[in-house]
Amino acid sequence: MAGEKRYLFDNPRNVRRILWALYAACILTLSLELVVHRHTEHPWEWLPGFYPAYGFIGCVVLVLVAKWMRKIIIRPEDYYQQRDLPPWPDNGAARRGEDSQ
Amino acid sequence: MITLPPFALFFAAALAVALTRGLPRNLVLLATPALGALNLWLLPADAAWSLQLLGMDLEPLRIDRMSTLFGYLFHIAALIGIVYALHVRDTLQQVSALLYAGSALGAVFAGDLLSFFLFWEAMAVTSVFLVWARRSPAAYSAGVRYLVIQVISGLLLLVGLMLHWRATGSLAFEYIGTEGGYGWLILVALGLKAAFPLLHSWLVDAYPEATPTGTVFLSAFTTKVAIYALARGFPGTEWLVYVGATMACFPIFFAVVENDLRRVLAYSLVNQLGFMVVGIGIGSQLAINGAVAHAFTDVIFKGLLFMSMGAVLHMTGRINGSELGGLYKTMPRTAVLCIVGAASISAFPLFSGFVSKSMIMSAALKEHYNGIWLVLLFASAGVFHHAGIKIPYFAFFAHDSGIRVSDPPLNMQLAMLIAATLCIGIGVFPGVLYSALPFDVAYTPYDVTHVLTQLQLLLFSALAFVWLNKQGLYPPELNAVHLDVDWSYRRLLPRLAQPVFRGVARADRGLRQLGRGAVAGTVFLARQLHGPGGVLSRQAGTGTMVTWVVLLLAIYLLLSFS
Repeated sequence: MAGEKRYLFDNPRNVRRILWALYAACILTLSLELVVHRHTEHPWEWLPGFYPAYGFIGCVVLVLVAKWMRKIIIRPEDYYQQRDLPPWPDNGAARRGEDSQ
Repeated sequence: MITLPPFALFFAAALAVALTRGLPRNLVLLATPALGALNLWLLPADAAWSLQLLGMDLEPLRIDRMSTLFGYLFHIAALIGIVYALHVRDTLQQVSALLYAGSALGAVFAGDLLSFFLFWEAMAVTSVFLVWARRSPAAYSAGVRYLVIQVISGLLLLVGLMLHWRATGSLAFEYIGTEGGYGWLILVALGLKAAFPLLHSWLVDAYPEATPTGTVFLSAFTTKVAIYALARGFPGTEWLVYVGATMACFPIFFAVVENDLRRVLAYSLVNQLGFMVVGIGIGSQLAINGAVAHAFTDVIFKGLLFMSMGAVLHMTGRINGSELGGLYKTMPRTAVLCIVGAASISAFPLFSGFVSKSMIMSAALKEHYNGIWLVLLFASAGVFHHAGIKIPYFAFFAHDSGIRVSDPPLNMQLAMLIAATLCIGIGVFPGVLYSALPFDVAYTPYDVTHVLTQLQLLLFSALAFVWLNKQGLYPPELNAVHLDVDWSYRRLLPRLAQPVFRGVARADRGLRQLGRGAVAGTVFLARQLHGPGGVLSRQAGTGTMVTWVVLLLAIYLLLSFS
């Protein structure tokens, strides 16, 4: 697509900027934990970096388990359209043009 | 001014829509939710309409705080859906959408179980046309499966309410509980429509097959009426806490690998319902408030997400993540509005999901459901992962699919804008929603700890997405079917039933052959006896008979003289 208008994220620098903003925000919220006193209710909440670790590990586990699960449940796109069931005893005869008598 | 029961206005409007065309029809469509909301405003706070039928006390209209809140919510949902579908020229869809919205309103304002049941069934019958209106073979068969399951739910409810009537002598729709067997029947009936685990497959099967505009209506009403009914009939049923936690968790695994982006949203709908069911199961005032508030915000942000994906489907004709990407270039407004919906469902501070979901989380901690809280926190991170990032990323960014379509028609954009404004409005000013909740409970979502921890959770979930993508660990979008519970009745059951049917067919064939053999034998014998040359069809002359008579007489004489 030569000559086509270049859009915002066609420039890899802009993508990098977004990522750097994400990394900066992560570091910022992590370091704020040192400054802000968090009131906690759950027995694990006091652990430093509990929420960041839980979010990160949770999502990695989620994706890895989902990938493993996919191996079991994946089927071809037309799985439910396929008539892999043998035809109904009588209908099959009718479809083949045979006389059902 | 005369006030009407809320459903009556929508039913009348459906008739008017069926009889009009063009501009008048559009005016009727737009006026209906507006007049409906005005009507609801004018209804006295304690309005009730009761009648006696065959010795049963019925109350087709009952107004209280919870039904009023759901009433307004459904008017908002109907308005958004109608604006979104204003370009559609399809009488079937427009009439059934109004009847469906009216039935949902009738259900939440029903004060007795029998009226509730009638509207519950009406919702099933009217909504299926929004699936069939896609007019594709896949939509047709998904619609049939949808209808069968919805009707099963209705039957369970009917049997449950009859047993309830016999046991208690009352049909009033109050706390039901699971003390009697009827309670379980009603709970399962409601659970079918609330998409309890293993009963959820109709939702992820049918919603993505509906029309782009139909799914917006579908996502708003059926499941939320079920949540409303659970909140009224089964608050504090502890079993629901565990059911809800399961619902919040398992769909996110499916959503990660699913390719059809509207099916991803359907899974995340089940996930959000899980949060509400947990709230109802906990049953404290804060938890019920949280469940109802989350139902309110969910209708709007889930509607917004379904609308943005509907816009993508409407403009490109595609909805699979593997075929989309790079749409932000020419659909920038849809992309931004989709991101607002994504931020809301992920419960980013200042967006609507944050102010409602956090009530449920806080209630879980207050009632010492520590394990459940951890599960819900995982589900919160997961929902950001699959609905918050995956949906906008694969549709609008990711690899460039080369598709260059413009933003959708103005009415679709306007509907998304209304929903997005509400998402941010509720997120910034939660007080308005809180004041309308069933119980007066003071709750402040915005404190430093809460905002900080939520941001940490979400930002590091996003970081995990980036890291997984960079490592190449993220599962690619594949054109494939992923099996779910519906496999059991679409494949397993037919497969198991087949030997039975074959046996029946064989026995039937054997019996018929036996019968046919008997008939054939009789016919053969008759032909032998009566056919040409048969013994019984031979002709004999009178002479022969006289000879025989003479012979017999001779024998007789001979015998008598001897």
